[in-house]
Amino acid sequence: MDLRRKLEILADAAKYDASCASSGTEKRDSRRGGLGSTEGMGICHAYTPDGRCISLLKVLLTNACVFDCAYCINRASSNVPRARFTVRELVELVLHFYRRNYIEGLFLSSGIIRSPDYTMEQIVEVARLLREEHGFRGYIHLKTIPDASPELLARAGLHADRLSINIELPREEGLKSLAPEKDGPGIRRAMAGLRLRIDEAREAKRTERRAAAPRFAPAGQSTQMIVGADGADDGVVLGTSVNLYAGYGLRRVYYSAYSPIPDASSLLPPAPPPLLREHRLYQADWLLRFYDFTLEEILAGGEGGMLDLGVDPKLAWALRHRDRFPVDVNRAPREMLLRVPGLGAKTVDRLLSARRHRSIRAEDLARLRLPLAKLLPFLVTADHHPRGGVLDRADLRTLVAPRSEFAARAAPRQLVLL
Amino acid sequence: MSAAASAAAAPVRESIGIALPGPADVDAWRQQARRLLAAEVPPERVDWHVAGEMPGLFAGAPPPPAEAPVSVSVPRRFLDLAEVAIRHRDPARFALLYRLLWRITHGEHGLMQVATDPDVLRVQAMAKAVRRDAHKMHAFVRFRCVEMPPRSAEGTGPDAPGPRYVAWFEPEHHILEAETGFFIRRFAGLRWSILTPEASAHWDGHTLRMGSGGTRREAPPEDAHEELWRAYYRSIFNPARLKPAAMRAEMPVKYWKNLPEARDIPRLMAEAPRRVAEMVQRGATPPAPRRQRLHVPAQPIAPPDVAEGMAPDLFSGTEDPAAALAALRAELERRNDLPPWTSAATQLVFGEGPVGAPLLFVGEQPGDEEDIAGRPFVGPAGRLFSRAAEEAGITRADAYVTNAVKYFKFKPTGRRRLHQSPDAGDIAYYRPFLKREIELVGPRLIVSLGATALRALTGKPLAITKVRGEPIETPDGLRVFPTVHPSYLLRLPDPESKEREYARFVADLTAARREVA
Repeated sequence: MDLRRKLEILADAAKYDASCASSGTEKRDSRRGGLGSTEGMGICHAYTPDGRCISLLKVLLTNACVFDCAYCINRASSNVPRARFTVRELVELVLHFYRRNYIEGLFLSSGIIRSPDYTMEQIVEVARLLREEHGFRGYIHLKTIPDASPELLARAGLHADRLSINIELPREEGLKSLAPEKDGPGIRRAMAGLRLRIDEAREAKRTERRAAAPRFAPAGQSTQMIVGADGADDGVVLGTSVNLYAGYGLRRVYYSAYSPIPDASSLLPPAPPPLLREHRLYQADWLLRFYDFTLEEILAGGEGGMLDLGVDPKLAWALRHRDRFPVDVNRAPREMLLRVPGLGAKTVDRLLSARRHRSIRAEDLARLRLPLAKLLPFLVTADHHPRGGVLDRADLRTLVAPRSEFAARAAPRQLVLL
Repeated sequence: MSAAASAAAAPVRESIGIALPGPADVDAWRQQARRLLAAEVPPERVDWHVAGEMPGLFAGAPPPPAEAPVSVSVPRRFLDLAEVAIRHRDPARFALLYRLLWRITHGEHGLMQVATDPDVLRVQAMAKAVRRDAHKMHAFVRFRCVEMPPRSAEGTGPDAPGPRYVAWFEPEHHILEAETGFFIRRFAGLRWSILTPEASAHWDGHTLRMGSGGTRREAPPEDAHEELWRAYYRSIFNPARLKPAAMRAEMPVKYWKNLPEARDIPRLMAEAPRRVAEMVQRGATPPAPRRQRLHVPAQPIAPPDVAEGMAPDLFSGTEDPAAALAALRAELERRNDLPPWTSAATQLVFGEGPVGAPLLFVGEQPGDEEDIAGRPFVGPAGRLFSRAAEEAGITRADAYVTNAVKYFKFKPTGRRRLHQSPDAGDIAYYRPFLKREIELVGPRLIVSLGATALRALTGKPLAITKVRGEPIETPDGLRVFPTVHPSYLLRLPDPESKEREYARFVADLTAARREVA
């Protein structure tokens, strides 16, 4: 099989992993030798028509796999063609792509072949060759096999910027029925093991102890959850995320709307992916991490454990807590301004800084290109007070809800069989 | 009116022409701006332009004579912004920057903080556009590799033999020179050139040379690896999630002509609906006849059925205590009637220490660090306990330590997990397991740390303050020595009471040691 065909198969097999991030690692460059640099901010070198960014060369080492996870295109019982890169082939490919400025680095994962340790060893070997033989200073993200030996994990963390283990499904029961060989508690134990080493390495760097712990994944760990493959509602999905962020110091939880795959298992109905649901989950995740919302508050904006698909979760919360509004843009504290639909954290900080010098008027908000139709019912400015009763209107939702093309198109559609 | 009088009055109205040597030369702009400020020339009287651009249009009066430079202090934020915004292609950028400078030095010192001011908004928008252009340049420059043939002349210049990487790029603003640093840091060991319509940059592995602008035809027409790259681009695309607006927002169409992979976009988009419809229509496929298999038989992945043959012995028999402890641990790991909150914890944290230890310590429940490590007494309270125990003359490795409740009960908040006290039901659930654990270890004295441990051992809530420091006997005939939990010491607010209570804790542990001496 020629290299191009291999690349096609092994990229196709990797595309269901949402993460392509190349951010958050230490600063490095090649002025003292080697090839490549990382400067903190990730770079997206291209975008595909699915709206996703290409930052890293995201491939599997092999798509052969002994596991039979129903949602996965590479499961043991799937009919997809199989391929495998040799370690050297992949290393060369990364270098060729990197020198032409196509990529920031490599995101390498693999199907499980022979044994977890054998598979992990192959993955680590690619990273080692890149770092040690070619002085590669670009970004490396390695997928970690939960059952691999601690010694292999230590080597993976030595070379990689980021490690990840996919939690796959939000509920234990989902994992049991759809991914029978995967071990939910084992996945969490492995994440705990990574946190332990990441914390140790970070601590060692901070205190510069002599017997310092070795470098270990400076860009931390992340994970991915598939949404819409099992029956878990948004409350369960976000509850799992909250636990993962608090427990294992994850940099990111990626939500991947279950996508129909070319060779689907009969356990899963082929259906278009719930893209809007995925979008709302990311918004909610953001509110949890940067806007001081609690999970209960976010779920209170929806119905029966599901987020409101029609409006974003912050607006959904505001519509149900109208007694907290209007908020005075010239007086309210930061945490309350952050609750106003349409005001992001950066905007809030600019407003706080500006209002020390002059009082803010509606035209100022317009100049900042803020969505006035959404904002003004909830906000008091120097020259504006929401008209009496606007907050009590039954049709407030239709006044403030955006008519976004994406929302309209991504809404779940009923499939009809011919 | 005398001629002298009209000559003196006229220049006040006349505009002054300032020519800058380059389109993004911030130092030259600063120098001129300082002179204009020294001469108190208001912004509306200055016409700025780049030397050589549109001559004749800016035939204003000559600039004021160079004076002794005035020292002007401006906020750092303004200079940082000016340095970036001056690379914007808008011809009005120099005037905007001077107007801002004028306002800052004429009574509006805090101007840059007023994010709603039109001039501030405009300069920020300019800087943002320049930064975005630079970021897109880092992303979208595509090098093509040409192999320079060996020639008689040696050297390290651009024509030296070996690979040379050449890119054609069309930035929107005057950013090339400022962004060469990025490419030098990234590709210091390669020889490369970036050609743009306005200027070119050449790196030979050691030094940078700026040259004149060029045309697309001066860059190599192709590269053998582009076909592989395009194959990757096509394969990583998921046709089931078509979101072309998101793609165009981040990769604007104006860049497409210099991106080899962009040639595939129309076809990928056109074919996507059909590919998805086919997938959905095909539905589930029967499993492959030849399944992938493990080469070497791995250990059974499902946990072995511990209950089989184990359950009857679990709570009786002590012939091999170590094996019985292991069985007890396995039983706790596989039970499916655990309190529901345990599923949020990482793992079971079982007791640790030698069988037959004279002292057995019972804490409350594992904390965050114990949950992560899977071992008891390794967190802050555990470390404090170890220090106190050693001070009390207890060899830590000779003692057995465990908890009344075996999983971490918590409430997640942001980046942390807040400890939640176990309730009576949790304590009651783990009680039989704790008693069996104690029975198998067979200590001479049990030290209970805190209220939860005491309740688990005695079966009823007791106030520690009333019973601490003296051994008591439980209804089950266990000898228990109650004291406080080390986390209580960590929570005390003032150093004085901390010190006093720590000494008391060490005294309790010493008394406990003497009981078994």
